[in-house]
Amino acid sequence: MDFKSVKEYLAWLYYQYQIISCCAVLEPWEQSMFNTILLTIVAMVVYTAYVFIPIHIRLAWEFFSKICGYHSSVSN
Amino acid sequence: MANPRGTTVINGTFHSPKTQHSKWQSTDGVKNGIPKEAQQNRNPRFSDKPIFESYPEPPLYVFVLTYMGYGIGTLFGYLRDFMRSWGIEKCNAAVEREEQKDFVPLYQDFENFYKRNLYMRIRDSWNQTVCSVPGPHIDIMEKVSDDYNWTFRHTGKVIKDVINMGSYNYLGLAVKYDESMKTVKDTLEKYGVGVASTRHEMGTLDKHKELEELMAKFLNVEAVMTFGMGFATNAMNIPILVGKGCLILSDELNHTSIILGARLSGATIRPFKHNNVQNLEKLLRESIISGQPRTGRAWKKILILVEGIYSMEGSIVNLPQIVALKKKYKAYLYIDEAHSIGATGPNGQGVRDFFGLAPEDVDVYMGTFTKSFAASGGYIAGKKELVDYVRVHSHSATYATSMSPVIAEQIIRSLKIVMGEDENQGEKHQTIGAHTAFGRHLLKKKIGVVVVGFPATALAEGRARFCLSSAHTREMLDKVLEVVDKLGDLLNVKYFPYKKSGHPALHNEKSFDKEASFDEMSIEPEA
Repeated sequence: MDFKSVKEYLAWLYYQYQIISCCAVLEPWEQSMFNTILLTIVAMVVYTAYVFIPIHIRLAWEFFSKICGYHSSVSN
Repeated sequence: MANPRGTTVINGTFHSPKTQHSKWQSTDGVKNGIPKEAQQNRNPRFSDKPIFESYPEPPLYVFVLTYMGYGIGTLFGYLRDFMRSWGIEKCNAAVEREEQKDFVPLYQDFENFYKRNLYMRIRDSWNQTVCSVPGPHIDIMEKVSDDYNWTFRHTGKVIKDVINMGSYNYLGLAVKYDESMKTVKDTLEKYGVGVASTRHEMGTLDKHKELEELMAKFLNVEAVMTFGMGFATNAMNIPILVGKGCLILSDELNHTSIILGARLSGATIRPFKHNNVQNLEKLLRESIISGQPRTGRAWKKILILVEGIYSMEGSIVNLPQIVALKKKYKAYLYIDEAHSIGATGPNGQGVRDFFGLAPEDVDVYMGTFTKSFAASGGYIAGKKELVDYVRVHSHSATYATSMSPVIAEQIIRSLKIVMGEDENQGEKHQTIGAHTAFGRHLLKKKIGVVVVGFPATALAEGRARFCLSSAHTREMLDKVLEVVDKLGDLLNVKYFPYKKSGHPALHNEKSFDKEASFDEMSIEPEA
């Protein structure tokens, strides 16, 4: 595991992110503000995904299985 | 029909159609100074390969990311404007006085939004102060900003020997004093610098006459008239050639000076797609069929405005087809060879020579001495009647001071050198707005280029422009390519891997096949 090249690669990725999102041309306080907001949004998305996706999948599964089950029980 | 076969009276002057039809050549030897062999030596080089450069489009995610980046910049712009208007932040831009706050806003317009919020952040890449001759190496004064590019100050340090890829020094004639410039020094001692008069009053010197005759010989035309400023040549002379009731068809990427001249003339302007001859033909047909806008009368004159080489795209005009069109529809052709004179064609005679056409195929030649000849000023060339008309009627000749004799001598010196060597211009372009990072890194590595962005180019098409010069040595160009290569990796802007092997021959000596090299350069789209 070559730590130096991994670090360089990560630094390059961060630089790419900065260029794409105009952070390279923003003033430092603007950069921190933008990064904070972006991280907050990403954290909220991750939290929502983690908490709610299993529940949604379970409910959807029950809903569809109930329809199919009802259908098969009616045809019986 | 558009241009009646009889004589037309335009702007009060007798304008004979002889000036454009070449069939008068063989019978009327007096009017035309063009020797017969020039016509016979016409080699139709243009039929070999069409110079069509098609730059492939970058992948879609590039556009998406560019627009997203601009969107974020815009959001921050709104935020900063809000803070400025509420007084939370000090406004560094110009503001009206307190008493005028209720008036129509003079400064804090939305139009300046882009300039205030986006351009200010990146403007340290532009406007570097140069303190040496703009040759292959250049010295730049270092400048720093303490308040994020609102104001700058020079530190006093000079960055020496920056490789200069930004000057239009195509033939490498911009040098410090050397032996060939002795005549320039003598002219300076004899005539001084200022002329202090216009061409019509006392500003026509024998130097001008000498220069004009030499230029006419160089361009293989009948007569030439020179002006002190290249921009003004276009802006002041197009209005005298066309007026109200005439039609101007100009390429959509024409230079501002041409557009300004066209607007000043009062003619109807219709732009056609860049270098697109089918579009031009369609426009010509429709315009001729429908006539002038409200009355439906025939147009008094139709003028096609093109450039020899377009500086932003690097494309060469499709001259043979445009000349064929112009003859078919009886229009006039005005070509602005600012970048191509001296730099294209086997003898440096410009783009007409590059395609091997006859000199009378183009009606009005215009060019500047700024690029290849390392001087300043412009010229208009063509048939003697045309140039005589321009001499009498040009606004520049009446109101602007004429070219300084020292500059005229410098051009004469350059011309004498040029009637011997040559160079091409090449351009690479990069299609996304990491151009500022590009510019900054390049300056750190001591290479100076011109970067262009919105609004000079489209939003997703920022460019870094490399101007080659015959003064660059191979090592310099190798170094530039190496740096650009590394930078391309660093900034991840390499969209089109270059499949051919090796570097194209970017510099050249005398015996060199221009067409081949230009084709190579034009299909080398790597950033």
